[in-house]
Amino acid sequence: MSNYLLSILTWVPVLGGILLLIVRDRRPDLLRWITLTIATAMFLLNLSMWPMMDHSNPGMQFVEHLSWGGPIHTAYALGVDGIAYAMTLLVTFGTMLVVLGSWGSITYRLHQYMACLMIMEGLMIGCFSATDALLFYVFFEGMLIPMFLLIGIWGGPKRIHAALKFFIYTFFGSIMLLTSLIYLYNKAGTFDIHTLAQLPLTHTEQTWLFFGFLVAFSIKIPMVPVHTWLPDAHVEAPTGASVDLAMIMLKIGGYGLVRFMLPIVPDAAAEYAWLMIVLSLVAIVYIGFVALVQEDMKRVMAYSSVAHMGFVTLGIFVSVLLVRRGGNIDIALIGMQGAMVQMLSHGFISGAMFTCVGMLYDRMHTRMIKDYGGVINVMPWFGLFFVLFAMANSGLPGTSGFVGEFLVILSSFSASPWIALFAAFTVIISAAYMLWMVKRVLWGEIGNSHVAEMKDLDVREWLTLSAFAGAVLIAGVWPHPFIHLMDASVTQLVQQIGIHKI
Amino acid sequence: MPNLNDILILLPEFYLVAAACVLLLLDAFMQPAQRGLLHWLSVVVLLVAIYLVVAGQPDVPVTAFGGMFVRDRVAEILKVFALICTVFVFVYARPYLRDRNLYVGEFYTLTLFAVIGIMLLVSAGNLVMVYLGLELLTLSSYALVALNRDSPLSSEAAIKYFVLGALASGMLLYGMSMVYGATGSLDLAQLRAAGAHAAMPNLLQFGLIFMIIGIGFKLGAAPFHMWIPDVYEGAPTAVTIFIGSAPKLAAFGMAYRLLDSGMGELVHHWQIMLAALAVLSLAIGNLVAIVQTNLKRLLAYSTISHMGYLLLGLASANPQGYAAAMFYAISYALMGTAAFGVILALSRAGFECDNIDDLKGLNQKSPWLAFLMLLVIFSLAGVPPLFGFYAKLLVLEAAIHADMLWLALVGAVFAIIGLYYYLRVVKVMYFDKPELVGELSVQRDASLRLVLSLNVLSLLVLGVCWGPLLGWCQKAFLG
Repeated sequence: MSNYLLSILTWVPVLGGILLLIVRDRRPDLLRWITLTIATAMFLLNLSMWPMMDHSNPGMQFVEHLSWGGPIHTAYALGVDGIAYAMTLLVTFGTMLVVLGSWGSITYRLHQYMACLMIMEGLMIGCFSATDALLFYVFFEGMLIPMFLLIGIWGGPKRIHAALKFFIYTFFGSIMLLTSLIYLYNKAGTFDIHTLAQLPLTHTEQTWLFFGFLVAFSIKIPMVPVHTWLPDAHVEAPTGASVDLAMIMLKIGGYGLVRFMLPIVPDAAAEYAWLMIVLSLVAIVYIGFVALVQEDMKRVMAYSSVAHMGFVTLGIFVSVLLVRRGGNIDIALIGMQGAMVQMLSHGFISGAMFTCVGMLYDRMHTRMIKDYGGVINVMPWFGLFFVLFAMANSGLPGTSGFVGEFLVILSSFSASPWIALFAAFTVIISAAYMLWMVKRVLWGEIGNSHVAEMKDLDVREWLTLSAFAGAVLIAGVWPHPFIHLMDASVTQLVQQIGIHKI
Repeated sequence: MPNLNDILILLPEFYLVAAACVLLLLDAFMQPAQRGLLHWLSVVVLLVAIYLVVAGQPDVPVTAFGGMFVRDRVAEILKVFALICTVFVFVYARPYLRDRNLYVGEFYTLTLFAVIGIMLLVSAGNLVMVYLGLELLTLSSYALVALNRDSPLSSEAAIKYFVLGALASGMLLYGMSMVYGATGSLDLAQLRAAGAHAAMPNLLQFGLIFMIIGIGFKLGAAPFHMWIPDVYEGAPTAVTIFIGSAPKLAAFGMAYRLLDSGMGELVHHWQIMLAALAVLSLAIGNLVAIVQTNLKRLLAYSTISHMGYLLLGLASANPQGYAAAMFYAISYALMGTAAFGVILALSRAGFECDNIDDLKGLNQKSPWLAFLMLLVIFSLAGVPPLFGFYAKLLVLEAAIHADMLWLALVGAVFAIIGLYYYLRVVKVMYFDKPELVGELSVQRDASLRLVLSLNVLSLLVLGVCWGPLLGWCQKAFLG
């Protein structure tokens, strides 16, 4: 059975989603329990793969390969290396908590909502574990459909605008990815990602392909200046979709960079590393300031996501720069590791923060900061978690937010002290916008009579937030298991960047 | 001299002619109440025709009547899918026709004659046969569009279709006469051989241009697309669904026979013309579709853009490109029947369901039908894992393979623009509150519900297991 684990993880949620559509929403609680059972089972199954992973093997494990037949050389090929496995963990962990966290907040056509979440889960796992470029693309694009419906059906007042913007933006990116992949297929005669990475390419080809990949993945991450869909989508999406989006979908962009762009076009990536570093710094500094002035809690978190994903791209391309300068490989390795840890950490923290905002929204039906005040007086447990996640988001040592940012800043210092200086700004800016939000929402006198009536967390909400808190603290205090898990693959990736293709 | 062997080669066509005549006679002696029998008989006739086409298929291409008729794999595949689409059309059309007093025998016999036209056209080995098949198809279509003779809109559409269609046929015939003048032959295989050293190459090229115009008109490629939106909107939906599906396969077959089999030596001339037609169709189809409020017109402009993608494959001018284009034509025919099938399923007496707003809140009224339409729309938009995605993938691949990267990029960019109007349909179905009242056809007719579900789910199945069909298409061209 362990040979088919990835297929099980991919298709059981999809089939479960179809089952939910058939069951309909006549008994909502039964529906919620079914969904939670599937999601939890998937998480435990996924977790059980950890001891089976060979940590010294940088290549793909749990490999499945099934040729489609037919004249196009593509295959149903799955497999995970350390990086991909960590990302699938994020998917299953996140989906479980999303189901738990949005237990009672959705009542309208509940079965379709839960089905969308489940199908999303399957497609996202498929996306992270595909080792065939066309299969990756199918999952990459297929997951837009459930997300589009999630935002458009269960979203806020401007949901239609947000859903269309989300879909068209992302589709624009992915069609460029498709064209690049077809071009590569024509050269290599296969869609196998590993073979594509070995393909020699000229300078011109690499430049074109680099920008094709860049458009696709920078929209997904999102990077400045193509980030504008994210605040809209986040604000209008229902809590569950926001969490899915911030926690997992954005990571597919970062994952795409390390899976496609760096191995396939290393020379172009090195040539334009300066561009990527500048864009990342703009995201970190400028978008940080933008987050400061937002009045909607979800908008603050959306901009904070763009800023923190800036650390992922910064870490990746500082690493590229260091390798190509012939500098210290160990330092480059630290930068890449930092970027990967930052992906996980941002997944945990942003998921937790959006869940928190969702819990406030369930009680007050507003996300405006000014409608709150003194929440700590009526919801002490909630206050505890909220402060913890806010601190983690601003990079407090002892939380996962610190580890990734510290590693990235560390390695960028050897690239140039100026990069490190700007990157370190984040510590001040993110502390400013997070603490200011905490101050206005939690502290002080009780803002109004509605706040006074709010109830503290119930057991289910408490469980959800504790799970997030556990992940944030474990990864913060003892990041070794995560770093060790991805170490071999990251090392191989850094070596790959060093190989000149021209 | 025609012998028994020739007749055996044409057995499916002869059979269909005989069956259509029998049905016509039967209809004359039947009570209107027994029309259900005629309906199911027509479906059976088509199913038997599919069997005859597949079962009698020789392993190597054969010709009959002195090269007039070619029976090869290309013709087989196109015929099979044209017949399947027609079965879908008959099943979907019945409730609609019944509600509007159009449930008459002419619908079935005219459609069957149009199908015979398609079958002759895709098997043509001679310019005369191309023209005969085409005229049989289009003359039947003109009459079908005017089926609802009391409706001014239908009559207008029929007249427009007839005038423009006759003009295009004239152009095609004029081109053929010049080609004949330049080469002295009407046989496509001899044309190809004579093309390399024609006595008057300019005359041959001139004839080619006129033939391209005729092909462009039949495909509905811009700038020869003017008739498509009006005919799609004006014709009864039960006829639009036919015009929008099987004849597209025929138009592909005609383009392949004329351009590759006949004018293969002039590939450098027609390749660039087809590329220009493709770009124009992609641009006009996708841009104009954005502002449409009528669902049938929206699908009409969407057809134009899809013909642009099909031309991308044809313009590659190699066996893989033809296979990709044929794959695209098949996918479009199946998607077209499914999309119009949903419209037919939603219409009822006195209500056409031809505005996009008529779909409002369909997800609440009928989640299954909304889900089917969702699949069709995303397939049309080219989102994986649906059939339409692989069709797009293959034509883009064919264009890149033929060193026309720019053409593939144009196709990719217009796919994004096209997405916008497709998403609007999904938005209306899923995000808006319902306004639908009354009973839907789909709730009355079990066969419609079943076949429509099969039709749409085939898009999903072929989207996952597309290998065998593509292999079949490629084998047809690679031999």
